[in-house]
Amino acid sequence: MDMSSSVYIAGLGVISAIGNNVAEHLSAFEREKAGMGDISILDTIHRRKLPVAEVKLDNKQLAAITGLPDDMSRTALLSLVAAREALTDAAIPNRESFRTGFVSANTVGGMDRSEHFFVDFIEDDSKGKLRNVYDHECGSMTQIVADQLGITDFLTTISTACSSSANAIFYGARLIKNDVLDVVIAGGTDALTKFTLNGFNTLMILDKAFCKPFDEHREGLNLGEGAGYLVLISDRVAKTLNKRPYCKLSGYNNSNDAYHQTASSPDGTGSYLAMKGALEKSDLKPADIDYINLHGTGTPNNDSAEGTAIKRIFDPEYPPMSSTKSFTGHTLGASGGIEAVFSVLAIKHGLIYPNLRFETQMNELPFGPEKRFLKDQKINHVMSNSFGFGGNCTSLIFSGTSK
Amino acid sequence: MKIYIRSSTCISPQNTFGNHNFLTEVVEYNGTRLNAIEPDYKEFVDAKLLRRMSHIIKMGVAASMDCLKKGNVEMPGAIITGTAYGCLEDTITFLSRIIEQDEEMLPPTAFIQSTHNTVAAQIALMLKCHGYNNTFVHKGISFESALLDAMMLLKENEADNILVGGADEMTDASFTILSRLGLYKRWPVSNLNLYATKTRGTMGGEGSAFFLLSDKTSEKNLAELTGIRTLYKPGTLKDIEKKVILFLAENALKMDDIDIVITGKSGDTAHDDIYEQLNHSLFNKTNLANYKHLCGEYPTSSAFALWLAANMIKNGMVPDAVVERCVLKTTPKRILIYNHYQKIYHSLMLVSAI
Repeated sequence: MDMSSSVYIAGLGVISAIGNNVAEHLSAFEREKAGMGDISILDTIHRRKLPVAEVKLDNKQLAAITGLPDDMSRTALLSLVAAREALTDAAIPNRESFRTGFVSANTVGGMDRSEHFFVDFIEDDSKGKLRNVYDHECGSMTQIVADQLGITDFLTTISTACSSSANAIFYGARLIKNDVLDVVIAGGTDALTKFTLNGFNTLMILDKAFCKPFDEHREGLNLGEGAGYLVLISDRVAKTLNKRPYCKLSGYNNSNDAYHQTASSPDGTGSYLAMKGALEKSDLKPADIDYINLHGTGTPNNDSAEGTAIKRIFDPEYPPMSSTKSFTGHTLGASGGIEAVFSVLAIKHGLIYPNLRFETQMNELPFGPEKRFLKDQKINHVMSNSFGFGGNCTSLIFSGTSK
Repeated sequence: MKIYIRSSTCISPQNTFGNHNFLTEVVEYNGTRLNAIEPDYKEFVDAKLLRRMSHIIKMGVAASMDCLKKGNVEMPGAIITGTAYGCLEDTITFLSRIIEQDEEMLPPTAFIQSTHNTVAAQIALMLKCHGYNNTFVHKGISFESALLDAMMLLKENEADNILVGGADEMTDASFTILSRLGLYKRWPVSNLNLYATKTRGTMGGEGSAFFLLSDKTSEKNLAELTGIRTLYKPGTLKDIEKKVILFLAENALKMDDIDIVITGKSGDTAHDDIYEQLNHSLFNKTNLANYKHLCGEYPTSSAFALWLAANMIKNGMVPDAVVERCVLKTTPKRILIYNHYQKIYHSLMLVSAI
């Protein structure tokens, strides 16, 4: 094991409400085009009442793109689109000669299919099409995609609510540092389901309008869906690439808020510990961070706790920051993966993404998010925050390799 | 670096929790389902909290608290769990209400407690533990993934006294569905007779086993956790044999060094053929034990097997209840656990005397 060795990012893949691949996302950011709208794919009574950020392809279209059957869970369909893009993008010569793993995250597995199964099952428990419940488990999603990608050396699944895929990414990096694997596709996926939409609705944290992260008048989050993956590689693999890797994963930390099952502590203890721990791991000072991709869900509670924790660490000099959930909605178990892709792209292209619909700075904070889309910035170190139910808080730091 | 199992607690369909002799009085079940024997949870959890907790949360929290107490550790450095199905009871409750009430007037509690990380989160919450907290949900290797994470954290010097466990609950609905999927025997059997029936299917089970891992020596340590390896669809029997030999070699061992192998034999003829063949080839000279007749088959049952191995070493004996073939005259020093779940996920764990 060589814990001081670097883990590089060689490939990116993403699908969300604002695009089906990396290029479409960059274009949507530049055009400031949000992905929220009326529900058109999910079958629910909340149509026209609650906006969500749906991927603009139905299951038949996703099946056609991926080659999977269209009665497969949407979670797996989305996952395969993004994971395959990432692996293709990495273009690792002789990948078969390296130990390759797939570490994926999600929160409700094949729930979209289980919802069909249970309609018949609760009437009569001898009824319900078994195919619809066979892949209920979170791990099934990972297995389906790994089989399509031909990955057999190592696969596992992480589920820590909204921090799931950030944890998947740094578990993947540690598998490389511990010399278990050479290449890891890591990230996460989640499809919109009735289960999660109704669950968040009962918590009364869904905004009936488009969300306004970090705004004084924010009223909640919009749910989204999608998948995002990074291809992580070891030093040794990086030397075989015919291109420069995007950047490296320089810091990470997982801490627990230990305050409440669903709410964040007022002082953001978990978020504070995660950011502080990630900075220590990367050996960077707060002033070194060039951009923070916020967790920024748009709920009064999250943004207040996260903002307070940022103040404790960064005061008085704040780097530009924004919540890209103002574009993609909150994609739950996929958000850490999707936002890791955005963080890497920020370094690669010198970008800062706008925090859409921000108007009024929060009274309790001496700072606000960036409203403009900025190009040609010098971005070397990016922090990405992902915090979830159960107090699970994770921060990642990506660093450029140009110096 | 050596990694030790400081303490371990198991809640299972047997009398494994509390002050019981080590598997001397085996509980018999007739049917195809083994339910965990529930301890008096009030000893570990506040009565008000208890009322809201589902079966898996109670099993997970109680096993954790007892494990910490045994290990004399108040605050673990990290909490890591593995569960394939997660909080099924709350998940099915919330899902059923969505359908029955047509998405209206839903109470939030079941949803709040349905996320897969609820067990690890509740432990952190009760202890006010701000350390590393993770949950693995990968089918038949959920527990093994958690264990690998714990071992890496120790090697990285990121944390000590790591609480790691595996838990899964069986509900009436999941038992019905898994029965329809053909996992269990079609006729009731006695768990004491599980391997003799020679038919398709096994018996369903559930449980929770937690471990406190440390790299520090202590008189209290039960055993050394020497190594772990998971295999995905390893192919032919020869491939499995090669992987076992390689795994042992990586730990500077040969098959002859293993005192006893604990296998994941489940009584399902479609799955046990691998064990039967290995018992006549690679494992033909070694002593053999089985455990699934005690706890039933479930994706994190390997946590029960690890509890069994650690206690076999600490107690210096192999309980009669688990013996398939054993001529061991001395106390077991090296135990290999080999389990596969549905032939897809295979795992190897190596446990040694200190």
